[in-house]
Amino acid sequence: MGINDRVQEKSSVRLPDAKNLVLSSSPHLSSSADVRKIMLLVIFCMLPACGAGVWFFGLPALKVLLLSLFFCVGLEALWCFCAGKPVWGTIGDCSAAVTGILLALNLPPGVPFYVPLVGAALAIWLGKQIYGGLGNNPFNPVLVGRVGLLIALPALMTTWSPARGMAENYPEYQAFGMADPALAAGATSAPMELTTCATPLGVASTLPAPEAGKNRFEKIDNPSMWKEYFIGRQGGCIGETCAPALLLGGILLVIFNLINWRVPLYFAGTVFVLSGIVHFFFPQVTPTPLFHLLTGGLLLGAIFMATDMVTSPITGTGCLIFAVGCGIITTVIRIWGNYPEGVSFSILFMNALVPLIDRWFVKRPFGYTRRRREAK
Amino acid sequence: MNKSSRKVMSFTGGIHPVSEGKKLTDTHAVHTAPLLERYTVLVQQNAGKAPDVVVKPGDKVLKYQLLAKASGFVSADLHSPTSGEIAGIVEVPGPMGVPALALDIRSDGEDRACEIFAPIPEWRSAEPQVLLQRVADAGLVGMGGASFPTRVKLSIPPGKKVDTLILNGAECEPYLSADHRLMLESPCRVLEGAAIIGHLLGIQNIYVGIEINKHDAIAELERFSEDYGIRIVPLQVQYPQGSEKQLINAIVNRAVPPGGLPADVGCVVQNVGTAAAVSDAVTLGIPLVERIVTVTGKVLKDPGNWKLRIGTPVIKAIEFCGGITAEPSKLILGGPMMGFAQNSYEVPVSKNTSGILLFSRRRALNYSSGSCIRCGRCVQGCPMGLCTCLLATAIEGGRYDLAEQNHVMDCLECGSCAYVCPAHRPLVQTLRLAKAEIRRQRAAAKANGGK
Ligand code: SF4
Ligand code: SF4
Repeated sequence: MGINDRVQEKSSVRLPDAKNLVLSSSPHLSSSADVRKIMLLVIFCMLPACGAGVWFFGLPALKVLLLSLFFCVGLEALWCFCAGKPVWGTIGDCSAAVTGILLALNLPPGVPFYVPLVGAALAIWLGKQIYGGLGNNPFNPVLVGRVGLLIALPALMTTWSPARGMAENYPEYQAFGMADPALAAGATSAPMELTTCATPLGVASTLPAPEAGKNRFEKIDNPSMWKEYFIGRQGGCIGETCAPALLLGGILLVIFNLINWRVPLYFAGTVFVLSGIVHFFFPQVTPTPLFHLLTGGLLLGAIFMATDMVTSPITGTGCLIFAVGCGIITTVIRIWGNYPEGVSFSILFMNALVPLIDRWFVKRPFGYTRRRREAK
Repeated sequence: MNKSSRKVMSFTGGIHPVSEGKKLTDTHAVHTAPLLERYTVLVQQNAGKAPDVVVKPGDKVLKYQLLAKASGFVSADLHSPTSGEIAGIVEVPGPMGVPALALDIRSDGEDRACEIFAPIPEWRSAEPQVLLQRVADAGLVGMGGASFPTRVKLSIPPGKKVDTLILNGAECEPYLSADHRLMLESPCRVLEGAAIIGHLLGIQNIYVGIEINKHDAIAELERFSEDYGIRIVPLQVQYPQGSEKQLINAIVNRAVPPGGLPADVGCVVQNVGTAAAVSDAVTLGIPLVERIVTVTGKVLKDPGNWKLRIGTPVIKAIEFCGGITAEPSKLILGGPMMGFAQNSYEVPVSKNTSGILLFSRRRALNYSSGSCIRCGRCVQGCPMGLCTCLLATAIEGGRYDLAEQNHVMDCLECGSCAYVCPAHRPLVQTLRLAKAEIRRQRAAAKANGGK
């Protein structure tokens, strides 16, 4: 101490007390990335799909979107308040907002207000907070909400409204259970949710047995219909119909390094290949692989839900196995299952396997050769 | 060979820290610090055993005079930075956070040198043993950070064959530009030092790896490198490019096995600063008593690169830079990724001090750690290919065994994982904890087994 004082006297610069210097273990720098920024970017990437949903399904879709967002954030705040967790800190990370928007994208347009409310409660409370909040949930909260609703309110969750332009452009509209286009045209002023339709996958699963020599899926599975499906003119959940918007979102996610591009690619690829094989050998059993790719929630699930950071594996190999697993289960449910759609179930099932995948498929660290590892 | 179209080499993993810090000093030529009245020269400036002090309080010493003699194989000589009197052997705040012994030298203002070693200008015909002895006599240690005695590093264990010498000029730590300026201003000292080490080890393949953000240094070294038969390798700007294992991997594409040394894959890695010091020791006969230090930080009035003698207290270096403009909240010796935070301005510069960093409040980061969102960035960024987030989770749960099984001991403690983590988890800090604990357990097991 004595020495320090002597030197300090002679020194010409004044420095504040060294006791105030922060001591910590290295590194002393950190990147500017934080959880909130990541979540905001994810929301940004979902905007095209939201926009497309509102365009194709009109104001009811917008209502569901806003309600779901509001309920998710609100219920998270309520939980944190009751649990004595910091409220602003928790909703400030914006993960509840992501859940809210994603949940809405997974709901049929025009559901009454209590559907997003129940969904939000299931997603936020049962799906996430009960496990300790963001990062600790084994299952994708959005899918917990969606599947919960599917079981609790099956009728509401499978009542679909037609997308804008469907009636005019579908040559075989009756196949989708829709009203006569002339009638529909006359009723443009009527609220949209009054008219209903079926999803392509729903139609495919209920088509009667084929007449001899005719393709069972001919009416709903042909190039002109593919075009309609691709641009989003099909019945379905708010966010799952418009492929261009979903693909754009996916590309943005990859550009911002928010997802592993392998997951959507291998997920959709697996469904494409498997359904292709089945279709090739049994064309009466299932429609073409392109039909599978463009209808239902495959793209939404593969791009936005199987890639959820918290509930997908950490390593590249793990992601590959996870994605292929999702693809296999989806195809099996779609072709042989009771439900027309299997994306949500497959992702939830694979979520459950993530801890195992993480433990089995650790990366081989630098400097280890395969032989060395076996020798150990 | 077309130099401009060469492949820029790199390794897998790693991160890209903000580059802003280097701009503070990388255009500032090295200044030589004026003579101080007092130096506190740490006795132990090398990894391994502290050398034995050979002077007593009251002794008069000359510049370059031996102060402490290496006490074993892994130890290094220590020489006086100036002429004057030994006022005492005192305790000063040490760079590792604990008080350390230092020789308090009062300068007599004359800076008289004692008789130095005989220069060996014809080192090309000198015996390797003679050169190795000179390296030891000059008190050389690795100047990149670890301060491992250079003599030890250059004594290749029997049974190992080395065929490649790599000079580390990557300087991948943000903020530091000392090696950059050294290569730019004294390219021939660096290259000559490399050639001497090459001759000493009987190695023909000599590379200097430099990150491409130092293109002026690359150009400068390339002007002379052919005369020495040395290859300059541009490297991707990527942290931790300057870590031995990653550097070897990037330049000669060999992977040092876990727990192994560069010699296991036939390589020797030396810092460019050490090479320059080798050149000085051999061709001029001067021991190591000063080094280039980057003194930097936005709160400094005039950040720059300074040639400081060992034993210069940090506060003096801050003074050379014109003092401060705002209150510093953190003082770091070394780089921001692997350096050590200090809580005293009296810490002296030692042979391995590459930088003195002052961070403002904004930069002096306090970890407010959130929960892992399993984004995988730490895994992508780990140069050793570890699943850092899973390791940290295992350690937090007390499962050291699981962490050990998953190779926690291979962690370099480079800090890349903690740098990129958006949840600001103290990842490398957690891993350090486990490494210390596992080492302790192993030592205990060994002691028990010995009974
Ligand atoms: S970078 Fe941080 S948040 Fe991301 S996986 Fe690693 S520990 Fe978790
Ligand atoms: S500190 Fe260790 S675990 Fe973290 S990135 Fe570096 S080597 Fe990997």
